[in-house]
Formats: sequence, structure tokens, C-alpha cells
Amino acid sequence: MTSTKKDPVVVVLQLTGGNDYYNTIIPYNDPLYQDNRPNVKYPTDEIIKINDNLGMMPNMGPIKELYDQGKVAIIHGAGYADSPRSHFRSMDIWHTCEPDKVGTEGWAGRVARELDPNKENVLTAINFGHGLPRALAVPGVPVAAIADLGTYGLLTSISDTSQRAKALDLFSRMYSPTIGGTFVNDYLRSTGTDAMVGADIVKVAPEQYSSTVEYPNSPIASHLRDIAQVYFADLGTRIFYTQHASFDTHAGEMASHPALWKDVSEGISAFFADLKEHDSGENVVMYLFSEFGRRVHDNGSGTDHGAAGAMFAIGDSVKGGLYGEMPSAKAEDLEQGDLVPNYDFRGGYSTLVEDWLGLDANPIVGGTFEKLDWLKK
Amino acid sequence: MSHKEDLALMAHLLRRAGFGGNREELERCVAQGYDATVEELLNPTEEQPGGNMALMLRYHPSFLLPGGTPFSGQANWMYNMVSTKRPLEEKIALFWHHVFATGNSKVDNCDQLLEQIQMFREYGLGSYRELLVQISKNPAMIFWLDNNENHRDAVNENWGRELLELFSMGVSNYTEVDVRECSRAFTGWTIAPKLPRLPYGRYPWKFEYKEEDHDEGEKVFLGEQGEFNGEEIIDIVVQQPATARFICRHLYNFFVADEVQVPAWTIEPARDEEALDTMMNAFIDSNYDMKTLLRTMFTSEFFKEARFSKIKSPAEVVAGTLKMVGLYDSPDPGILNIGKEPTYMGQSILDPPSVEGWQTGTEWINSGSLLARVNFVADRVANTQLPGVQTIINQMQSDGITTPEELVNAALEHMGFVELSDETKEQLLENAQSSGNIDWSNPDTAGVRIGETLALVGATTEYQFG
Repeated sequence: MTSTKKDPVVVVLQLTGGNDYYNTIIPYNDPLYQDNRPNVKYPTDEIIKINDNLGMMPNMGPIKELYDQGKVAIIHGAGYADSPRSHFRSMDIWHTCEPDKVGTEGWAGRVARELDPNKENVLTAINFGHGLPRALAVPGVPVAAIADLGTYGLLTSISDTSQRAKALDLFSRMYSPTIGGTFVNDYLRSTGTDAMVGADIVKVAPEQYSSTVEYPNSPIASHLRDIAQVYFADLGTRIFYTQHASFDTHAGEMASHPALWKDVSEGISAFFADLKEHDSGENVVMYLFSEFGRRVHDNGSGTDHGAAGAMFAIGDSVKGGLYGEMPSAKAEDLEQGDLVPNYDFRGGYSTLVEDWLGLDANPIVGGTFEKLDWLKK
Repeated sequence: MSHKEDLALMAHLLRRAGFGGNREELERCVAQGYDATVEELLNPTEEQPGGNMALMLRYHPSFLLPGGTPFSGQANWMYNMVSTKRPLEEKIALFWHHVFATGNSKVDNCDQLLEQIQMFREYGLGSYRELLVQISKNPAMIFWLDNNENHRDAVNENWGRELLELFSMGVSNYTEVDVRECSRAFTGWTIAPKLPRLPYGRYPWKFEYKEEDHDEGEKVFLGEQGEFNGEEIIDIVVQQPATARFICRHLYNFFVADEVQVPAWTIEPARDEEALDTMMNAFIDSNYDMKTLLRTMFTSEFFKEARFSKIKSPAEVVAGTLKMVGLYDSPDPGILNIGKEPTYMGQSILDPPSVEGWQTGTEWINSGSLLARVNFVADRVANTQLPGVQTIINQMQSDGITTPEELVNAALEHMGFVELSDETKEQLLENAQSSGNIDWSNPDTAGVRIGETLALVGATTEYQFG
């Protein structure tokens, strides 16, 4: 299989905690930005200009480089009506696409179910981190959670190599199918075998990997390198999910926000350099979102929970540019001091699901929402 | 019964009515007898519900009022599960959390959720009628099911419906009219203060009855007629035969053996109709007293025979393992992480996926969660530095455990008198034989060998059951 003919894949990078949209894509020429941000603002001369009105915050240089190559779509004003301004409720809404009731199934898990209805690949969807975000949780859909690819596996606490080999051999025999077993036992055995097969398959990824790209030393860069390794190993994974935290900058934002974006930007830059080196850029779309933006007016040292945010789509197949309009920051246009979302976040998923992965978006995001044209044909 | 069989039965009781017991606890309980242990569980004499909360708060102040952050709220409860001296109280709180499933995803207020759990500790072993009254007045529940939006002139049916469908009778035992009338009876049952979260944050909620917002008109509910208020609705609900069946089936599924999932209960007969009858009779005859019902259940043959017939929930795996290895009965570093461990296995406590709670049994198992369970147990029982593992190693040494067969049998006992299929037993034994006898002249390698054997027991399919 040549890399250019691979199936399209999605890398979701969740900016957990509520990224300060107004301080990420900055209307640097708008006097309201200066008025609203007496303390929590970036100096105009450090902002990386996109056009005469908007600029990226100073540490997004590596993303701006990709932007200048036409590979970054910035989608303005994402959200939904009546933001609860609660991290957990809002994240839940982004994960389940259910703003009006408590949803149980995650959109990305539904995508995995559609892509692999017969559960032929235990690695169709992988979270890189501990446990599963609700976005990936759908009953009966196998998903793996890899906190650290280097140490991923079964019974890793048995350190002696030959003892561990014996333990794994024992595990595979204990979980092999039997004749005349009960349903529950058969189910346990097949699931255990899946888990072991998954761990076993994934193990080849770091072994096969070679690259001249040096990833920076940050948690998000490690996850992105793990993602690159698994992707290059051709294991059939279509959804890669990971997150970086915490963007919950109530206090000390001018220290934490630049550091967060430095890690994210440099990690993304290394990841796409790695894809380029492996001639795999065309098959990957990376998608960034946060559960909400933050209050327009700062609180002296940080910003509080808000509403509208920005989403980013990055990749060789992305038609770069600005999409939609940044919501107005005029006092009369704000709701409870927040930018009002003017683009339904489910529209962004719809483009990904329908135009990139080729699935019907409606049952996955729970309706039909406006799609923006940010993919190359 | 032999002493070993007594211990095995006691391990079963302590696993179901709590979070397991080590050898010392099992011996103490066997010495006082099975029925006396059931009584002790039902009427604990220990005052302290769990560990040293004063010390905990000194190190982790967020334990007390975690606010919207679930992690310290979850850690708070896990700490109580691991360190409790009143295990059944903690277990019944977990049971009612499964039934009256209330989630932080919407409530966004772990302070209030922990208050609900505390209410389960206080009322969960008493009168079921009183418990329903308490949950109807519980602020987290009122907010979760929108009863604060249930007004005399604008009825919101969310709470009224779930009270009937999920908390008492089960579907198909009432009409849509009953739902409406039930909801009307709970108008005016709300929370105070009704201040918005923004801009100043959370206020502690308390129950408030607003008479002027209550619909005091006549209602027709389940064939009865009157100007019912909430408590009178609860009186009617409790006495429905469907309610006793529904609650007893939940208890059977949680404490005895895995049932089919709740939505199938209207179609599928119970796993053991005779057992369910016994439980229902005890419940009804005692005027819906939880203690009487639990006593009947724990002392019945169907309970004693139901060893390893349900898949452990993630909370049980985590709390049981930590208790066994002697971790976190004090505020050790890293304790804030223990609340996340069940989440990694698919059970985010204080945050169930919906008001229907968690699906149990095989639904706990998928390739990700099974890997997490096996590794979680192995990482701890194979760590010979942990006090509980040390105790097991010392016990094996003083018992003179030497041959592979003795090693496997002792490991099974210390992991809770685990029962294996002949096939698995044979495989474990073969594996142990390939490394020969334990060499006690080198205590370190002997300890590592024992830790690995405990980990392998924890990795069996059988160990996923409790």
C-alpha cells in the first residue's frame, strides 16, 4: 500500500479548559480589544498579523507558517446557543452533539462504528491519553486508550522479559475461545483477545518508526509523535484523539496561555513535518476545538468562562483561510459579556464526517448543520 | 464446612456487602460467625465512616468542597470506599447512585453530589419510602431532573416521569396521565437560592417548598383520587407491587448476580424468580425496610451460592484492589488520582452517562476497559513494596508455601478465594511449574515471584467476576 492511497484519517486535538479565542485570533486593530483587555492582552507589535484586522497570538508562529502555505482553516464563532459556561456540561455537548439533553454516545465513537461496523479492527479509533473521552464512547464499539505508546501493553508491571513473555503466552491461552462456553465467558475471552491483539499490533509502531523530525519535549508533542507512529504503521486507525490542557486561564493567563500555545504550535509543526517526511500529509486532517471561549473583558489577571470559540482544521487537504466572521465584541452585541456564537459547532463535524470521511453526517451529529467549504476538492 | 470454606464464603459476603476483606478481617468475621457479620454490616458499631477526613482536609482542602471539578469529588468518595469502617453503608450508597443516577455533567456541582451520596449513607439502609422523600427533596436531583422548572402553571414532567420509570415502578406500569398527575403533585418542590451561577459562582443549594407555586388541585393517580402532594404520591408509588419487584430486581442485579439490562426487564423473566419472590415478600412485609430486605438476601442460600456470578464494576475493582494492597487508607501523595481510575475503566463515579445510570455486567467490558482492569490490578499486586502485598508474602512464607501448586492455591486464596475453571487452573499451574519451587533463601525473588502470580490471577477471566 502506498501512503498516498491510504484512507482519510482525522486527528482531533482537544484544547481542554476553554481556550481564550479573543486572545488567540486577535482583532488587534479594534480599539475594543485594548479597552476590554487592560491587563490580559498581547502587545500589538508581537501579534502575528493575518490581515489588517486579525492576527495570531505571538506563539503561534509555527501554525502561521502552515497558514501561509494554505494549510490552516480558521473557523470563527463556533459554539451553540445558551452556553452553560460549565466545562463539563459544555465538553459533554461538544462530545455528544446534544445541547438540549444529556447524551450518551460520542460523535467520534459513532464515526468509528460507521467506519468499522463489524468491529474488524480493534484500533479503528484510539485515544492518546488515559481512559476515553465521551466523544469516543459508544457501547459495543472497541476503542483503545494509549497513555504512552512506549509502555503500552498488557501486564507491563512484570518487568522481567522472559517472565512477561510467559505471562502473555498464558494470557493468550486463558483468553482463547473454548467450545461450549457461556455467552459471558465467550465475550470476555474474545474481548481479552482483542485487547491483546490491539496491544500486540500497536507494539510494532515504535519499532517500525524512523524519522529525522525532532519533537519538542511536551506532553502534547509526545502524544502527536505516538499518533504519527501508529499512523505510519498502517494499522487502519481512522480516528486519533488527544488533548492538551489546561486552557482554564482564570488567573495568570499571560504566563500560561503563551506556554500552552507554544507547546501546541510546536507539536503541530513537528507532526506535520513528520507527515511530510513520510509523504503522508494528504491523508490527514487535524481538527482543533475547545469547549468554549472566554469572557471578553479580562478579570485583572485572567479571563472567565465564555461562549464562542475558534476551531482549526489543518492539513494538506485543507483549503486554508478564514471562515465565517468573528462575533462582534461591541457591548450591545455580547451576551453576559461573551462573544455570541454565530456558527454551530456541529457544522464543523459535518464537514469532517461527510466531506472528508465520506459518511452521512446527520445521524452522527444529530441533524443537518451548515457546512463550510474548507476542504480542497 | 471446613475453615477454608467458611473463609471463602466470608470473602464473598465482604466483597458484595463492601469492598472485600484481607485475611485478618476474614478470620475475625469467621470467628464471630456469618449471621453475626451480616448484623454487624447492617448495624455497624464503628463511628468513623472512613479514614481520617480531618487529616485529608489538611492536605487536600478541595476534598470537602470540590465545586465543579469532578476529580477531587471522585477521589473523596473513592477514599471513603477504600477506608470505610462501615462498608455496607458505602456499598449501598454506590447502589443508590446506580439507581438514582445523578451526574456532574449537568449538575456541575460536586459539593452537592457528595451531599447526595451522604444522604444515601444516612437513609440508604432505612425505609425506602423515606429515601424516596429524601431524594425528591435532594437539591442535586431537583436540578438534574429539572424539578426547579416544574411550576404550577407550567408543568415539567422530567422528575415526575423518572420517579415512576427509573426510581420505583419501571416502564409500562403507569399511563402518561399518571406521569402528568405525578408531576403536578411535585410542583413547588424546588431549590434555593435561585441565583444564577454567573458572575459569582456556586451557592450551596437547599430544598425549598414554594406553596404558591404548588398545584394543589385534585389529581387522579394510579386509580386514586385526591389533592395529592408529593409525599402522598410517594405513598401510593411505594405500595405498587411493580415497585417492590423493580427495586428488588435492582438489588439482585447489584448484590447477587448479573441480570439482563434494565430496559429488558419488562420482557425477560428474572434470573431467579424464586429468589426475587423471597426478596419482594421481605420488602413488603417489613413495610419497605431496606435492612430487613438486605438481611433476608444476605442470609439466603441463593446469595451464598452466587459467588463470582457478576462482573465487578470499575468502582469495585479499584476500591477492592486498593484495599487489598493497603493503599490510601491515609492521605498519601497521589490520592487525587484514585478517583479517576474507575473512569479509565468506564465508570465515572458522580458522573453517570445519563439518568439511566450504567449498564452493568458484560457492558463493563470492552477491549480498552479490560486492559485497564488487568493492568490496574497487576500494577498493584505485583508491587512487593505495598503493605498489603508484603503481608501476603509474609503469610505465604510463614505458611511454608513452596511448590508451584501451593503457590497457585495460596495466590487464589489471597486474591479472594477465587474459583477458576479446571482449564484456567491447569494453565496457571503449568506456568508456575515452569519456574519450579519458590526459593525462600532469596526473599526478594520469592516476593517478585509471588507478586507475579497474584498479577496472573488478577488477569484471569474469572477474576473479572466478584
